[in-house]
Amino acid sequence: MTDSLVCPLSLSHHEHILLAHGGGGRLMQNLIRDVFSKHFRSPLRSPEHDSVVLPHLNGRLAFTTDSYVIRPLFFPGGDIGRLSVFGTVNDLAMSGARPLYLSVGMILEEGLSLHSLEKIVKSMQDAADLCGVEIVTGDTKVVERGKGDGIFINTSGLGVIEHALDIEPRRILPGDVILLSGDLGRHGVAIMAAREGLEFETSIESDCAPLHRMVLDLLEAGIELHCLRDLTRGGLASALNEISSTAGVSLIVQENAIRVPSQVRAACEMLGLDPLYVANEGRFVAFLPEHDAERALEILRKHEDGETAERIGSVQAGCAGQVILDAKLGGLRVLDLLSGEQLPRIC
Amino acid sequence: MGGWPRAKSLEDRMCLSIPAKILSITGEDPLLRTAKVDFGGVVKEMSLAYVPEARIGNYVLTHVGFAISMIDEKEAEFVFEFLKNTEEAL
Amino acid sequence: MTLKYLEEYRDAGLAKKYAEHIARITTRPWKIMEACGGQTHSIIKFGIDRLLPKSIELVHGPGCPVCVTPMSTIDAAIELVIRYRVILCTFGDMLRVPGSSQDLQTAKAQGGDVRMVYSPLDALKVAKAHPEKEVVFFAVGFETTAPANAMAAFQARQLGLENFSMLVSQVLVPPALEALLESSTSELDGFLAPGHVCAITGFQAYESIVGKYGIPIVVTGFEPGDILQGIDMCVQMLERGDARVENQYTRVVRREGNHEAQKMLETVFEITPKAWRGLGTLAASGLRLNSAFRAMDAEFRFGLNPESSEERTGCRSGLILQGALKPDACPEFGKTCHPDHPLGATMVSTEGACAAYYRYRYLTEKKL
Repeated sequence: MTDSLVCPLSLSHHEHILLAHGGGGRLMQNLIRDVFSKHFRSPLRSPEHDSVVLPHLNGRLAFTTDSYVIRPLFFPGGDIGRLSVFGTVNDLAMSGARPLYLSVGMILEEGLSLHSLEKIVKSMQDAADLCGVEIVTGDTKVVERGKGDGIFINTSGLGVIEHALDIEPRRILPGDVILLSGDLGRHGVAIMAAREGLEFETSIESDCAPLHRMVLDLLEAGIELHCLRDLTRGGLASALNEISSTAGVSLIVQENAIRVPSQVRAACEMLGLDPLYVANEGRFVAFLPEHDAERALEILRKHEDGETAERIGSVQAGCAGQVILDAKLGGLRVLDLLSGEQLPRIC
Repeated sequence: MGGWPRAKSLEDRMCLSIPAKILSITGEDPLLRTAKVDFGGVVKEMSLAYVPEARIGNYVLTHVGFAISMIDEKEAEFVFEFLKNTEEAL
Repeated sequence: MTLKYLEEYRDAGLAKKYAEHIARITTRPWKIMEACGGQTHSIIKFGIDRLLPKSIELVHGPGCPVCVTPMSTIDAAIELVIRYRVILCTFGDMLRVPGSSQDLQTAKAQGGDVRMVYSPLDALKVAKAHPEKEVVFFAVGFETTAPANAMAAFQARQLGLENFSMLVSQVLVPPALEALLESSTSELDGFLAPGHVCAITGFQAYESIVGKYGIPIVVTGFEPGDILQGIDMCVQMLERGDARVENQYTRVVRREGNHEAQKMLETVFEITPKAWRGLGTLAASGLRLNSAFRAMDAEFRFGLNPESSEERTGCRSGLILQGALKPDACPEFGKTCHPDHPLGATMVSTEGACAAYYRYRYLTEKKL
């Protein structure tokens, strides 16, 4: 055997994604074998079959999908892979489902480094392990250089509902209390720090985290959750505005109760941002009856990602869609949905 | 294409001038001197061309990439002292 | 952890004490104008006007450099982007200011190369990176920003950046204040001078205004504590019948201002008559690149001849900028004019009075 007989299509000879990697031929098979199958370890996975057959599930099913086009791909505290797993797990968690299975669809840009791809794939499996979910099926396509931003990821998720509640905005009642699971702004600031053109240094990391264990603990304790919403683009203010509109109620939140880390405040001052509108990826708001509030806070605070959970406000009847901030200085003012596009590609 | 659109959702504010503490200084030529300044956990580079007297540890007022004034730490108390003196005078 | 020299001036207790003191010493109605958009923003956001006794009326002045950039200059910027295909570097605030038919944001969507920068020096970096293209920096601002803009021109010359030029819309505060005081409709009793402008220029220019018009002027900062102290100092002078320039913002402003910055301004710019959107043309109220730097002036380089145009029907931003009309008293406010569909610059820029009212007050007043 001599070196000249080494297969010319061997993956190890390519440092970057080529169009041929999406072609369905040998190169793609090698990619699946050497990157995807190497890291995606679920026993249910069967890449040689077109679909995966799942075991019986008892109960109502929750199903969600989300696509991730975040820039940059790697940021302090995470990467697009980790985010794509946590994000979809969290969407399932917001209906109170136990997340179980994830699919992964990837669109790779010609020229993406294999090193980066492998890092992302490994990160996704690590995130899945952390969440106790399985990545069971997937698909990969490749587009020409310039037609994608390195990588776009879609994850769809399936979860099972083990409770009898309907957790959605229409269940919110006047008198309900609003809980916020933690402090604001880390993800947005971490992303901005990593973006070119802004160039500031900070030790802030994304708050990217799975939320389902906190939710399931609340449900197990019999907390009567009316509505859950994870914060993402647009921050707390946007989430509250959407909910108050859909639910047909008005909300009032106390600025004093909302925690913003000093580094986030510093970045926001410097950039002229309002922390209430900055993106988060590991925080949620919960709407529940007054009598369950204290117990719910105790439960949240037992979790690392819920240590700084606070009661931030309450629900009032009438004035549908109105969100009021009881400010530290300035009395009551409206927290509106602001016009214009949000910072692009932040989540 | 460079330049990500910062939207109305952000309080784009040109008048924005924020205090920061000088952590380190680079350069000899006064017009080209720059500093790493700390806004409270967030560090950015600023030109010191307009504050030639600035030293490490000083606080400066920053605006669009430049330190435009020193912050006089003794005078920083004025806002609080003034009220006290005025109240005493009443 | 408080952000030092910033957040401690936002203390609610401090604000309340000042408000109480002002209420105690005020015996007559007073009308006080603050010039800078940053001060307007602070006043509306933190409800400072609501803390004051009703006899004190705070009036918002033309302190928003974005708001006072002539419409024709916006049109010139758009022309540079669309017709001359330059890379236009600009501060973010300028993107949505309405020109006569569109704004820079639309020009960008149409394929124009419009890039937001944090600092004028970033525009130099773009010029260095793209020697094959013309790069124009949209140099807007009051005296606060002028030294930074001047440095860009100065360094461009040092670096021999032939492809760099500037579209300048620099304005000076004291002439605008004089114009307002000259106007017979002005009933201003006192004035809060913009602290960051004065950090650069010092406040000697305001001493001659005090001498001429006999109104007290207080150089004031931007946080609630600063503004309330500034108002307190102003009211004290008014109640005494005193008219002087006093400095509230002593931690930043010195009477002579910033010498280095002033030197650079003299090196690069010269004083010129200037059109202010909403105010008309004021003598000696603007800066333009002087003869040594004329080649770097985009209007000169590209042979632009900005023609003045009419504001959109219904826009009363001129009256707003003069302090003659409050945003919520404008008939278009919240109806045909709102942030998604601004009639004029004062609704677009977050420094603009209309935008501040809309964001923090309009819905509150409407619904609460």
